[in-house]
Parts: sequence; C-alpha cells; structure tokens
Amino acid sequence: MKKNLALVWRRIPQRYRLIGSLCESCNEKFFPKRHFCPKCRRKGKIKDFQFSGKGSVYSYTKVSVAPEGYESMAPYYLAIVKLDEGPLLLAQIVDCEDDEIHIGAKVRKAFRIMNKDGKEGVINYGFKFIIDN
Amino acid sequence: MAGICSYGAYVPKYRIKVDEIANVWGEEGERIKNGLGLIEKSVPGIDEDTATMSVESSRIALERYELAFNKSAIANAVFVGSESHPYAVKPTATIVQEALGFSPNVYSADLEFACKAGTTAMIIINSMVDSGKIDFGIAIGSDTSQGRPMDALEYSAGAGSASFLIGKENTIATIVDHYSFSTDTPDFWRRQHAEFPSHGGRFTGQPAYFRHVISATKKLLERTKTTVNDYDYFVFHQPNGKFPQLAAKQLGIPKEKIDLGLVTPYIGNTYSGASMVGLANVLDNCKGNERIFVCSFGSGAGSDAFIIEVNANIRKIRQTEKEYHRLEYYIKRKKYLSYGMYAKHRGKLKGLED
Repeated sequence: MKKNLALVWRRIPQRYRLIGSLCESCNEKFFPKRHFCPKCRRKGKIKDFQFSGKGSVYSYTKVSVAPEGYESMAPYYLAIVKLDEGPLLLAQIVDCEDDEIHIGAKVRKAFRIMNKDGKEGVINYGFKFIIDN
Repeated sequence: MAGICSYGAYVPKYRIKVDEIANVWGEEGERIKNGLGLIEKSVPGIDEDTATMSVESSRIALERYELAFNKSAIANAVFVGSESHPYAVKPTATIVQEALGFSPNVYSADLEFACKAGTTAMIIINSMVDSGKIDFGIAIGSDTSQGRPMDALEYSAGAGSASFLIGKENTIATIVDHYSFSTDTPDFWRRQHAEFPSHGGRFTGQPAYFRHVISATKKLLERTKTTVNDYDYFVFHQPNGKFPQLAAKQLGIPKEKIDLGLVTPYIGNTYSGASMVGLANVLDNCKGNERIFVCSFGSGAGSDAFIIEVNANIRKIRQTEKEYHRLEYYIKRKKYLSYGMYAKHRGKLKGLED
C-alpha cells in the first residue's frame, strides 16, 4: 500500500529540520507547527521557527514489542524529549546503551530513516535523538 | 580563489571485527588482518544510509563554520558522491539539501564514480565557486557499501561520510590545483539490480588502483614542479590498509606523512568517503600553513589528485569546534556486533523485509 505521499511531503520541514512555530506576540514556541496561538488567539502572530535540536530526556521507555514497520529496530528507546526552547516531543533515542539514558540526559538531534514503505515504496526520513555526552 | 571553508566527517557507531567475519567462513583472522591491513570495519545503524550519513557530516561542517566565523553558510550547490544511493531513481542530494535547509535555490545532483565520486563533487563545486556562479557549495562523499558474504570485500566494506563546504569567504584551506586521470578499466563494478559488487581480484591492484593513483600523483607533482618533500601529509584512497602504504612506498613518501590520513584500518573502506574522511582526519590535526596532497581512486577507473594548502584560519575552527565535530570522536565511539547482528544491520538475511 502506498502511503499518503502528500501528507509525508508536507511534513518534511518538520521531520527533517524540526521546523515548528513561534508566536511573536507571546514568544511561545510550538512543535509541531501551529497556525494559531492558543494563548493570544487572534492577536497572535505565528511564524515558522527552527528548533536547535538540543534538549533533554523528560521521560523514556524501552520498546520491546515494536509496531509494524519498526520491528527490526526493537528493542529501542522511545522518549519524550524536552527541547531547550520549551516544547516536548516524542522521539526515538538511537545509538544508546542502557546505562546512558536517564531522565535529564542531554540529547541532540540526529537524521535517520523513520520507516520504509515496503521494498519499493518511499523511504521516510526524520529526526531521532542521540545522547549528547 | 575558492577553497575549503569547513568540513565534517561521520562514521556510524557499529563495528565488526575481521576475526568475527573470518570465524564464520573458517578463515584465519590473523592472515586476513595482515593481508588487508585492517582490524575491524564500521557498520551502519539499522536506520542509517548514505542520505542520513551525508546529512550528519554536512551538519558537522556547517556547525563548525557557524561557530568559527559567527555566521551561517547558505550553500547553493549540493553534490553527493556515492555508489550506495538509497534510491536508483530519486536523488539523495535533494534529501540532504532539504535536511540542511537549503531548498529550493540549489544546484543539486548525485554523482557516481565508484569511490571517487565525492572528490569529483569537490572539483565541480570548487569550479562553480571560482566561476562566481555560487557562493558556497557542499561536496559529499558517502557510502554504506555492501560486500558479498564470504568475499574478500566483506572484511573491508565499511560505512562513513565526509562533507566539504567550499566557498570564497573564510577559507581554511585553498585547493591550489587538481588533476584527474581516468581510463576504462573494469576492475570493480555492480550491474543494475545486482545486490553486491563484483571485482577482478588481483586485477584491482596494479592496472587499477596503483596505475591511476601513482599516475595522477606524479602528473600533478610534475605540473606544479613540486616533490614529495614539499608536502606535510599525503592522503590516498584507502580500500584497505595496505594499498595506500604500498603506493606511498612506490612514490618515496615516508610513512609518517601518510599515517594521519589513513583511517581505513579502524573503520574499513568508506568508499566514496574514504580519501575525504582521511583528509578530514588530517585537517582535524592541522594548525595552519600545512600542505596536503590528496589522491582519490574510483574503480572503473580514475583518480582525482589535489594540492591543498591549509591557512591560519583553521585555528578558528580548532578553537571553537566541539568534541563531536572531530573524526576521532566517531572512531573511538563504537559497539561491536556479532556476525548475526551485522547480517541484520546490512539486510543480508533472506526473507527479511528491507
């Protein structure tokens, strides 16, 4: 089955470069992107914002039973990462050993394959994180 | 005059030892290690390929530039040299340029010339900058090449990437001159749809690697009226640990001038990345005013030779770079795999979805 190509393509800036949003009125940053500031409502001024890709582990788990498309990567770490600029996001922590990950561990973005649409379909790339020693 | 403004090299975390592969095939590890001059090779992570490694090495180059010169470089050209592009049709370069944030005003393309596609990208970008067409461009050599199980190449086919940011502003090294030497020599190839490359065994040596590397090196030395003594370091394409040492011997180059640029013994042959990763390791240890001679080799076959003159600007990079910008960090960071795990990482298991 071919995945929705338009959907994947629309998410490229967010997945490749961590492009989110900034509300210039209240300085709040959002990831993923928002078109509307929930705080400032119609007074908000939303524009694109590139996150640095630095953050820390807010919480994490080790996934042993992976969903479809991720089976070969198991076991792997899935974490809620708190970006240095504020927002929280869900991401895989790669190249990571059991004794390296802990709540508060510094991480930085890495560019990796997210999944492949079968043997002949599109390869989806995006951000994951690695421990930043 | 165009030159290198920044650079970065990336090697995945995973390694497999020659002994581990040799055990599977009933070979003597010691004999193979001595024959090839390497002890282990790098293996890409399960979610890594030529595109992801190209992005990582380019991000290092761009971060280094930004930290050293307090401004970011916008590249208008991205060329990725590789023989393991993730797609047969669809460029790796567009994935890389998008991840680096350079779309859409970019000249981009994938290049293929076995192991010398990356240095050819350097020549193209250097010329584009010199002609005034672009301000900055990124030349990348990156590969996650496959070695057929049980074949000699299985011991050496590694994974790695190197990126060179080339421009006129804030150059840390100048490409003083370059020369290319190529002929139609069928020493190594991979046909359309073939999973693994084939090679001519001993034929890859004298008529292929040595003829091209030595001819290109000699011609460029002749043309510039320089000798081996005029250079501090030599970097040759390194399909294994032995070939560059033998080429150096034939050219009368002392061992200490090639040691720094010879990284294949620890990470394996990174194909299109090989001579560029070696150059990155030399640059990592430069302080300014060094002269480096680089000669790549791509099967099929050809060599690009360069004379690179490092200037005092490299000290700015030295003062501001982070530990993870240096190749040493990636060489030391490693996790050994069993042959079974290696087979899984490389998708060598029959019936396993890619």
